[in-house]
Amino acid sequence: MPDKPKVAFYWCASCGGCEESVVDLAESILDVVAAVDIVMWPVAMDFKKKDVEAMADGSILVSLVNGAIRTSEQEEMAKLMRKKSKLIIAYGSCAHTGGIPGLANQFEREEVLRYVYEESPSTVNPQKTRPELKVITNGSTVTLPNFFNVVRALDQVIDVDYYLPGCPPTPKLLKQALEVLLSGKLPEKGAVLAPDIALCDECPKKDTKPSDLKFTEFKRPHSIQIDPKVCLLAQSILCMGPATRGGCEGVCISGNMPCTGCFGPTSRIKDQGAKILSALASQVEARDEKGIDETLATIPDPVGTFYRYGLPVSLLRRKNFNSTG
Amino acid sequence: MHGNGHNGTVRIGFYICHCGHNIASIVDVKAVSEYIKSLSGVVISCEYKYMCSDPGQELIQKDIKEHSLNRIIVASCSPLLHEHTFRTAVEKGGLNPYYFQMVNIREDVSWVHTDMKAATEKAKDLSRAAVQRVFHHKSLETKHVKIHPDVLIVGGGIAGIHAALTLANAGKKVYLIERNPTIGGHMAMFDKTFPTLDCAACILTPKMSQVKNHPNIILWTYSEVAKVDGYVGNYKISIRRKPRYVNEELCVGCMDCIEKCVYKEGKTPDEFNVGLSKRKPIYIPFPQATPQIVVIDRETCIEFKSGRCKKTCVEACDRKAIDFKQKEEIKEIEVGTIILTTGYQTFDASRVPFYGYGKYPNVYTSLEVERLVNASGPTGGELILRDGRHPKTVGIIHCVGSRDKNTNRWCSRTCCMYSLKLAHLLKEHTDAEVYNFYIDIRAAGKSYEEFYDKLLDENVHFIRGRVAEVSDWAVRPSEEGKLIIRAEDTLIGIVRRVPVDMVVLAVGMEPQADSQDVRRMFNISCSTEGFFLERHPKLAPVDTFTDGIFIAGACQGPKDIPDSVAQAGAAAAQALILIDSGEIELEPNTAYVVQNECSGCRTCLTICPFTAISRDEAKQKAFINEALCKGCGTCVAACPSGAIKQNLFEDEMIFSEIDGLLKMESPACC
Repeated sequence: MPDKPKVAFYWCASCGGCEESVVDLAESILDVVAAVDIVMWPVAMDFKKKDVEAMADGSILVSLVNGAIRTSEQEEMAKLMRKKSKLIIAYGSCAHTGGIPGLANQFEREEVLRYVYEESPSTVNPQKTRPELKVITNGSTVTLPNFFNVVRALDQVIDVDYYLPGCPPTPKLLKQALEVLLSGKLPEKGAVLAPDIALCDECPKKDTKPSDLKFTEFKRPHSIQIDPKVCLLAQSILCMGPATRGGCEGVCISGNMPCTGCFGPTSRIKDQGAKILSALASQVEARDEKGIDETLATIPDPVGTFYRYGLPVSLLRRKNFNSTG
Repeated sequence: MHGNGHNGTVRIGFYICHCGHNIASIVDVKAVSEYIKSLSGVVISCEYKYMCSDPGQELIQKDIKEHSLNRIIVASCSPLLHEHTFRTAVEKGGLNPYYFQMVNIREDVSWVHTDMKAATEKAKDLSRAAVQRVFHHKSLETKHVKIHPDVLIVGGGIAGIHAALTLANAGKKVYLIERNPTIGGHMAMFDKTFPTLDCAACILTPKMSQVKNHPNIILWTYSEVAKVDGYVGNYKISIRRKPRYVNEELCVGCMDCIEKCVYKEGKTPDEFNVGLSKRKPIYIPFPQATPQIVVIDRETCIEFKSGRCKKTCVEACDRKAIDFKQKEEIKEIEVGTIILTTGYQTFDASRVPFYGYGKYPNVYTSLEVERLVNASGPTGGELILRDGRHPKTVGIIHCVGSRDKNTNRWCSRTCCMYSLKLAHLLKEHTDAEVYNFYIDIRAAGKSYEEFYDKLLDENVHFIRGRVAEVSDWAVRPSEEGKLIIRAEDTLIGIVRRVPVDMVVLAVGMEPQADSQDVRRMFNISCSTEGFFLERHPKLAPVDTFTDGIFIAGACQGPKDIPDSVAQAGAAAAQALILIDSGEIELEPNTAYVVQNECSGCRTCLTICPFTAISRDEAKQKAFINEALCKGCGTCVAACPSGAIKQNLFEDEMIFSEIDGLLKMESPACC
């Protein structure tokens, strides 16, 4: 019996939600298991790094790697998976565009560590102990991975063949992607395996968006009674849908929550946050500086709103982006 | 490499111009040329004294053929000056002209820097940016649109009349729209015209009747433009024809109805006489009104107010022309070009209360005096003041509402001359002593200074100084019952009190109250003061930034009759150029929506300043009318999913250019 294609899953700086989404394939996962050999999946199976190292280079058909790259361990594993795999899929927002962990790029490494180990309200650390890369206790050496100065998306560390967007990707997109890859009819390298059109195209509330939208303020979802039938932007809820790639079928919108942009921008856009800003700014009613400021002041966390998933790949990336210190 | 149309290999020719010493004295052109030669894709790089000269252009054409160049960059002056020259040269060389890119190293470099080393480096950076940009250039088609031969003229003052007649005499069909019941504008209200003292009506009314009778002119008075759609060559206009309640086809202007109106005397201030007389609800603005058709004012007509009038006017009309049921009518027309001649309004003198207008009956505006001295005016030309007296002394205050930070800063250009004219007329009518209070006498115009000299000979008094106030507060017996003008006489350095019987305020010219609405409707610009903005103050004085729309007369800025007529003729000539060329070439820097990338989010729909974007409701996608698009890029920037692209300004071009500036290799050209 010929060998089944080998598939691996790996996780880096991520929350685990992407792993859940694989399990969310439900019964379909049995088809996957029947069709492939899973050779690495830390969350569910007991393969070790050395097992992968022992494999021939390029022997894995496809590795689905989720999570951003924050530590030296993640970088090392990403490079290993790259070496052993024919195809690498950046799976989910963090691998694709940096994701939520990428928001940490607003701060220097030192600021992050100081807050977490000294200043956060729940921290009790009078000695101000910090994790060390190497500690010798009782004669043995314990090492920890290096915590990089920046968070990077997967393709800023290794060559990536395809992207599955989403926080997390929907089971439907995963299933389609696996079917395409197993069929051997590979899409163009670098493709994002989701429609290349903004979410509004498939939004269930599309028809209720007025053409002459003018914002005087932005409201937060908890602060109003949302009309479930009407476009959220029309209700002054900041929705990233116009600047976000579709393919999720509007799951958040259907739940009366605005799109937060997890599918990233369309292929034409370099900077998703700048784009939605530019779109919304052109629809702000006020024409004077004071009025504009008042409208914009109703967005409490602009970076977290406009760059929630894409700060590391945005044009706002840090000057010392390539420093791993 | 995609899309360069030349089997994948980009072959760049780079030319740097000395512009005599203009560039070469600050930029080391040889060093720039050597540097650019080292860049990927550059086949030829050289310097030349004057690239815009014929030999310079021929050099490009020769090199395109000999070296199979498919991208041309010229580093020289501003694209505004020579982009067209070089594009044409490139096209003659057999290459699509949009493979050309220009780098401005004169205005942007040599003219603004003094450090040769730094300037040379900057020229290198800008040139490198262009080199990286042209990799992404594409072959583009210049679009042509046909010009509809009919012309719309908005405003039937002297400018509109002159433009209409010029075009009509050239055989073009003209729609002349006037919102008042008659054409003639302000000029029809004037008595005489400076400096020749022609009777305004005598020179204007023949032109008015030519307009009425011209087979090529469709004259719609009592009408306003309601809507403007379309673009140069293809405007679709809706005209609102207000009801006159008199059938224009039937009325012959006999005015029997006016005489038989139940009102024996007029009760409503007469607009044409600036309120100095009263008119009836059914009226004709003035004897030579054109068209000679009466109009019913529904605000004051008893039939409209109560429905219980005896309607003696209807009985009086043997042509059955009166029609109380007449409705507003919307006419749809198509034209290729538009001339706006919407005129001006006079400054409201009550805005300067210290001159007593509205407070003292014998303070008049200049326009009121025009009517007062006119033979067909409210007093038949006899100068009788509001209190029934004949003035023995008159003070004319210049620059009322002009040249003043508190009102309007600009000089209204006409007031000095019309004040001189009024001084002459007042003297002629009353033999009064006439005092002119002026800041400067501005008599720049053919025979204007001579007219001023003539007035000096007529013993009109000139006091140089701004008037502080007009009051009736007499401090000497000689001032009793008079209006006292207090002004500093700056020539002799004293404050004077001049008692007069009559004060004339030489009010300035302002934009029409609704000029902003009109501007928006026609999609043109206004200067800060609100006059319509010309495309170039010197070289395109009657063009606007909207192709096919021209401006003439006082809507563009204060001007007198000869200047208005000259502009009207110029605007007509500009329209004729378009009409007779039959079509217009459009710069292909337009934006377009990539249909299968548009999510239909509607962000772009209302932000286009040229209303070029509409929504295809069936497809639920945006669509840009490229004939209307001016290439401003607003929608391109706003489209949140990058589905709108702009020719000549695609993202890859701009990002490559930025990378080039920042000395970053652009991925596309490695």
